[in-house]
Amino acid sequence: MRSILTALAATTMLTGTAMADAHAPALEGTLRIISDMSNPAPRAVMEKLAADFDAMHENLEVELEIIDREAWKSQIRNVLSANPPDVINWYAANRMMPYVNAGLLEDVSDIWADIEGLDSVKGALTLDGKQYGIPYTYYQWGVYYREDIFNELGLEEPATWEQELANCQAILDSGRKCYTIGTKFLWTAGGWFDYLNMRTNGFDFHMALARGEVPWTDDRVRQTFANWRELIDMGAYIDDHQNYSWQEALPFMVNGDATAYLMGNFAVAPMREAGLSDDQIDFYQFPAINPDVELAEDAPTDTFHVAAGAQNKEAARAFLKYVVSADVQTQINAGDALGQLPVNANSSVDDDEFLNQGFTMLSENSSGGVAQFFDRDFPAEMAALGMEGLQEFMVFPDNLEDILQRLEQARERIYAN
Amino acid sequence: MAVAPVVPDTHPPRETRGWYRRNEIKVTPWLFLLPGLLFFATYVILPIFQSFQVSLYRWDGLGELSETGTFIGLGNYRELMTDRAFEISLWNNMRWLFLYLLAIPMGLGIALFLNQTVVGIRLYKSLFFFPFVISQVVVGLVFSWFYLPKEGLLNAGLALFGLGPVNILGDPDLATYGIIAAGLWPQTAYCMILYLTGLNAVDPEQVEAARLDGAKGWKMLWYVIVPQLRPATFIAFVVTIIGALRSFDLISIMTNGGPFGQTRVLSFYMFEKALAEFGFRMGYGASIAVVLFLIMLCFIAYFLWSMWRDERVAR
Repeated sequence: MRSILTALAATTMLTGTAMADAHAPALEGTLRIISDMSNPAPRAVMEKLAADFDAMHENLEVELEIIDREAWKSQIRNVLSANPPDVINWYAANRMMPYVNAGLLEDVSDIWADIEGLDSVKGALTLDGKQYGIPYTYYQWGVYYREDIFNELGLEEPATWEQELANCQAILDSGRKCYTIGTKFLWTAGGWFDYLNMRTNGFDFHMALARGEVPWTDDRVRQTFANWRELIDMGAYIDDHQNYSWQEALPFMVNGDATAYLMGNFAVAPMREAGLSDDQIDFYQFPAINPDVELAEDAPTDTFHVAAGAQNKEAARAFLKYVVSADVQTQINAGDALGQLPVNANSSVDDDEFLNQGFTMLSENSSGGVAQFFDRDFPAEMAALGMEGLQEFMVFPDNLEDILQRLEQARERIYAN
Repeated sequence: MAVAPVVPDTHPPRETRGWYRRNEIKVTPWLFLLPGLLFFATYVILPIFQSFQVSLYRWDGLGELSETGTFIGLGNYRELMTDRAFEISLWNNMRWLFLYLLAIPMGLGIALFLNQTVVGIRLYKSLFFFPFVISQVVVGLVFSWFYLPKEGLLNAGLALFGLGPVNILGDPDLATYGIIAAGLWPQTAYCMILYLTGLNAVDPEQVEAARLDGAKGWKMLWYVIVPQLRPATFIAFVVTIIGALRSFDLISIMTNGGPFGQTRVLSFYMFEKALAEFGFRMGYGASIAVVLFLIMLCFIAYFLWSMWRDERVAR
């Protein structure tokens, strides 16, 4: 930490006067940021963001603290209640709701009026008509597959469910599994459910289910599970997936024991590191199941928020505006930085095979809508119970009736409060 | 010898010592106990009552209980009665309790086996004690690799005998037993050390006398050795039962409560409901904690009572 601060101080001295914008309001004091961008590449991005912002403002000192991403999920509540910093990282949609309800996050609707190009993600940051944070990055989900194996078997990227099933059968016949997945930490199963349900019943139905307006025992939900079961009964998924984390499931795809992975774009980096070249990996949009529903996608958004108890709200707001500006968005989401999609429509997407495909898919081919993710769209408790049920279904599909009854019971209780 | 005055002195010399000096013997122990008592009250006794209080509310743990909490009386406990996940956790706790006790006879067995004088016995003893020294997290990791369905050593061993692969941690019926087996490894080592020290205190004359009377083998063990090991057995019981009820780290490392929540125990379930990533039910978590506390209280009360009884007998 000290070395970061020293580095920050040094940059301030060297470039502070040169970079300071004469027109910006003079910010003073200290800006405390707590970030969960703890993986190596995001960490470098965050440190640079803090250093640059510090350099821009002569009289402002930026203090950055980076906390492990998983640990932050349980630490955030203590940090926000006792001695809150000015700016924190978190997630959009329902994931921020408990903190908004408890009055721990600042209403920043005022700065949304000054920002352009964020309309597509505004909904995810809005609760009761007010905005409680700003997004800084998002990424597409989709099927990442082994292009070389598809070529070897003469398969095409599927566009319909029938093609998907036919492809899978061909892959199984070649002695491989269709999909790798690790469900030990449950959320990966949530991704599959999101897609199957949005393809079977559409985005609006999926969101109604997330809001608790549709019973889990509804026939339309059952249809989603019936579609899912087709894959499970074929033996499409790797065995014993309940033992693996998502990272532990990667080798199956790298070794060619499984050919595809339904994942977020963050899976590309470890695949490349494991030795797969871009000729070997490719990406396709999850195929249509019900031709009557428009395609909708999962694209989780990561966010910055101002704590309600922040000491330096003026600087915090200025930092949020800085992060979403088109240039900064281009810079931090580039392939050599976060390697994800910028949220500002005026920024440019880095020239990367997967970012380009993802950007085109989300901007041109997801007319149904863009969801956050199972564990961000559903309220916390429903998400936890739901994902557990989904995992059980993937291992014991015969337990479906019991699972649905259990989830329905939970729905009646959770949304009643 | 000084001669006592015949007439009692009606003007005794004025007491010059201060209040503390006069009461030194009575006060000093309390002064030494004070920091401990203070901390015990603040960090143990008070939270127990706070948990009782919180368990009567519906509260997401954010903000002050008095402002954001809703009093719902025994609502949380009523929900516990119908909560299947709670029932599973409770039964798993029972499994832990009973199976963990196996550590005691196993520890005794190893202790008897190691209680001999051969070259290098110290090395063997430390090797057997080794699992207790390493962290539970490491034990959990090692065992989860051991159990891995494809690459694991266990299945490689089973394959030698032509037995099919088993996925212990992925099977909801076997996973808990798999974790308990991992927990028994360090716990047995602990019990072994307790018995090894106990065996040092066994009276050789009694063993000699028993031998002259023709006792050997199991009879010798059961009627002569084991009764003399009673203090060690008592401690072994206490640490094993408390250890079983506290089990948390192995579960968290090896299965994270899964597959689909079948390996949870009460402490893990409480953590999930109240403090983990999706846990916003402080009140419900507190009610689970209260149940766990009451179970522990039965054992603790029994232990305290039997210690008190022993002390009275000894006096």
